Amino acid sequence: MSVGGVGALPRRRPSRTKGKGQGRVVPGFRLSLGLTLLYAALIICLPLATLIVVGARLGPADYWAVVSSPRAVASYRVTLGAAALATLFNTLYGFALAWVLVRHDFPGRRVLDAIVDLPFALPTAVAGVALTAIFAKNGWFGEPLAALGIKVAYTPIGIALAMAFTSLPFIVRTLQPVMEELDGEIEEAARTLGAGNVTIFFRVVLPILVPALLAGVSLAFARCLGEFGAVIFIAGNQPYNTEITALLAFIRIEEYDYPAAAAIATVMLATAFVLLVVTNALQAYARRHELAP
Amino acid sequence: MSAASHLSRGAPRSGWSRFLLIGLVLLATAFVIGAPVAAVFVQALSQGLGFALQSLADPDTRAAIWLSVIVAVVVVPINTVFGIAAAWAIAKFRFPGRKLLLAIVELPFSVSPIVAGISYLFVYGGQGLFGPFLEAHDLKIMFALPGIILATTFVTAPFVARELLPLMQLQGNGDEEVAATLGAHGWQTFFRVTLPNIRWGLLYGVVLCNARVLGEFGAVSIVSGNIRGETNTLPLHVELLYHDYNAAGAFAAAAVLTLVALVTLFVKTILERVTGSA
Amino acid sequence: MRRLSVVTAAVLFALGGLPAFAEAPGTILNASYDVSRELFVAIDKAYAQKYAEDTGKTLEIKQSHAGSSKQARSILEGLEADVVTFNQATDIQVLADKGFVAADWTAKFPNNASPYYSLPVFLVRAGNPKGIKDWNDLVRDDVKLVFPNPKTSGNARYTYLAATAYAREAFGNDEAKVNDFVKKFLANVAVFDTGGRAATTTFVEREIGDVLITFETETTGIRKEFGADKFDTVVPSVSLLADFPVAVVDKVAEKRGSKEIATDYLNFLYSPEGQTILAENGNRVRDKAVAETFATSFKPVRLVTVEDVFGGWPAVNKAYFGSDGLLDQQLAGQ
Repeated sequence: MSVGGVGALPRRRPSRTKGKGQGRVVPGFRLSLGLTLLYAALIICLPLATLIVVGARLGPADYWAVVSSPRAVASYRVTLGAAALATLFNTLYGFALAWVLVRHDFPGRRVLDAIVDLPFALPTAVAGVALTAIFAKNGWFGEPLAALGIKVAYTPIGIALAMAFTSLPFIVRTLQPVMEELDGEIEEAARTLGAGNVTIFFRVVLPILVPALLAGVSLAFARCLGEFGAVIFIAGNQPYNTEITALLAFIRIEEYDYPAAAAIATVMLATAFVLLVVTNALQAYARRHELAP
Repeated sequence: MSAASHLSRGAPRSGWSRFLLIGLVLLATAFVIGAPVAAVFVQALSQGLGFALQSLADPDTRAAIWLSVIVAVVVVPINTVFGIAAAWAIAKFRFPGRKLLLAIVELPFSVSPIVAGISYLFVYGGQGLFGPFLEAHDLKIMFALPGIILATTFVTAPFVARELLPLMQLQGNGDEEVAATLGAHGWQTFFRVTLPNIRWGLLYGVVLCNARVLGEFGAVSIVSGNIRGETNTLPLHVELLYHDYNAAGAFAAAAVLTLVALVTLFVKTILERVTGSA
Repeated sequence: MRRLSVVTAAVLFALGGLPAFAEAPGTILNASYDVSRELFVAIDKAYAQKYAEDTGKTLEIKQSHAGSSKQARSILEGLEADVVTFNQATDIQVLADKGFVAADWTAKFPNNASPYYSLPVFLVRAGNPKGIKDWNDLVRDDVKLVFPNPKTSGNARYTYLAATAYAREAFGNDEAKVNDFVKKFLANVAVFDTGGRAATTTFVEREIGDVLITFETETTGIRKEFGADKFDTVVPSVSLLADFPVAVVDKVAEKRGSKEIATDYLNFLYSPEGQTILAENGNRVRDKAVAETFATSFKPVRLVTVEDVFGGWPAVNKAYFGSDGLLDQQLAGQ
């Protein structure tokens, strides 16, 4: 379940009992905070700060020239487009999957529940080679699709597919706990008032789930944008067409163009940070409202 | 999972739409998740079980497995200690900058592994921040084990903390406060009171963290140096074999990683049952 | 507390159990380009055997393969390779400029320190269904190409420059026409992989594209590995000489005390035995006797050089491969 629950966000009920200063009875504040700060500084902040410094050495004009070069812009377009497609697919599929898991009992439900996390536990490179093998022109799905004139591997659709695979658990696992909270009473109430199933879903159920759904969506979207291992195998890696931003940064490193790599990486870092803040805000909002009635 | 208690309460009454929905979801899952996993095993066994086992016995593959295990043995405990400390500090106390700290701790979760690898290169690479110092003291970090460990640590940093935070917040400080009032000192409180409360969540986080450590690819591919039999982790070795005219060997190595993932899910499911609705 | 000590013990155990990461003597590391994997398996085996016979000691030669430029960068960043065997002089020159390799490295071994050479040729599917004969067939609308990204792969840089060299001859240096030709050539690429071997996998295993353009030695390897009846090699009318230069990385070798072994290892490539292994793996060699023996394996071809056509690598890198150089512009115009 862990995958979707963002950060300090209790799934069921926030412990609102904590008041200011109350925590001081509990021991270990200095040790735990000290350890956390030390680790955060050395392992997380130092490298990222260095990255920003290296990027900043370019100066504003050159920095802008690198991050707005046609090839970089094309890579943003490819990455954002594929991530959007993947997230859209996962929103529908993930929603249905979470709904089925929470609301229905059927043989194999536990197995289904378990394998939702598989894309998370499976190394991304393995996912990449496996998906490529299936969707290449001579693969299980690639061959019939090719007969229909649909190409998946080495196209933006392939990139979206790899992204969708790796980010699926994030949407399901964010929605699931909120759906569990949503017991049938409100729906019963609406039904007794004469609402049909469709009306109930769109007017009653969906509005309650929307904040959690959006939180899951933004988290999954962030993971899509950063995905590398699964994508490089199945993308054609063709500049301007199927080159993702992460690969462009990787290529700039291979070309010894460190400042350019740093500049592109800072764009990715900033995007990730913004999405993280958005996700947390949405999740906080969802938490405040999920039990409203 | 507490879902059981809600099951079928709000379910549509008519059978066909229910079966349609479940059927569609199962079908999609078979295609999206089932097929790639099946493909790994089918390809791994495409030249027979003997060949698969033989390619796993190859010295370079064995070295890759061994290296991945070492990385996991080092990184998982580090991130476990950090995860407990971070969750403890953030869940049990209020302090200025708490939200920022939380965001920083979670950052590696949404940042691309490539960004992580590049950043570490800038710090410890020959031309990097500490490059001259490291060279003067003949310390090797990049393209050696320490670099792989550092990059992996970054990428998997939040996993244990993310697992413990909600749990600790849910449980509140009550038990610890009681223990403290009864005169227990810090470590006693932690080992006798907190740890039993969080042990399943902790184990769960450790298991997931371990899976991600073994599978990390992007960040490690930047800091590894690709020396066969020496700095190739198992996922990198999959790529290497894949490009070595040895697809069956690559998929045999991939199958090992897939088995680890399946075991991880199994353990996770067991833990969920043990903890019941917690 | 017991748990903590268990963790500590586990960490210590792990660190203690490391396979000798602080290199024991008796090993050298050869950082090479991407598609030389099988070649150096054979070379290393032969050399280790010779070394054992000569000295009675065992030598383990470790290999690292990736794009030539990536390898050079890794060495600058601290990859401790004793020798480099690259597919491009510029990548060794970078190391020389930074003091990792002797400034006069081209004079340290015969033939400008290049024991063997190859050239970009075409690999087509059995029977050559698209009738590919020369570079001008590659810009046809019905032909899809596979070769790696010239930005990261030395192999692809030769391919790209060979196509440009052909166009220059064909259009009498009419820059606009040359540019159009190269643009069409690039537009026909189905997949740009990052390395030469990834391109091979795409073409061979994924069955993408009609023509794989790669070193002649790689096409020999592919036909050996997957069956000579599955693919045909087409040698174009003109191609670009690809010298494969070698050097001892002095900075590393001196530190590790491996300079003598490293030099001897590279000299082995020039010996009749080394040259024979090179030729067996589809590389063209300069040893007269060995070249004679393998004469039938290599089709005659007219080769031009980067120096003749483009005025040398530094000029090429600046004009074509830099950020927003000609290559970027040609790719962008699609």
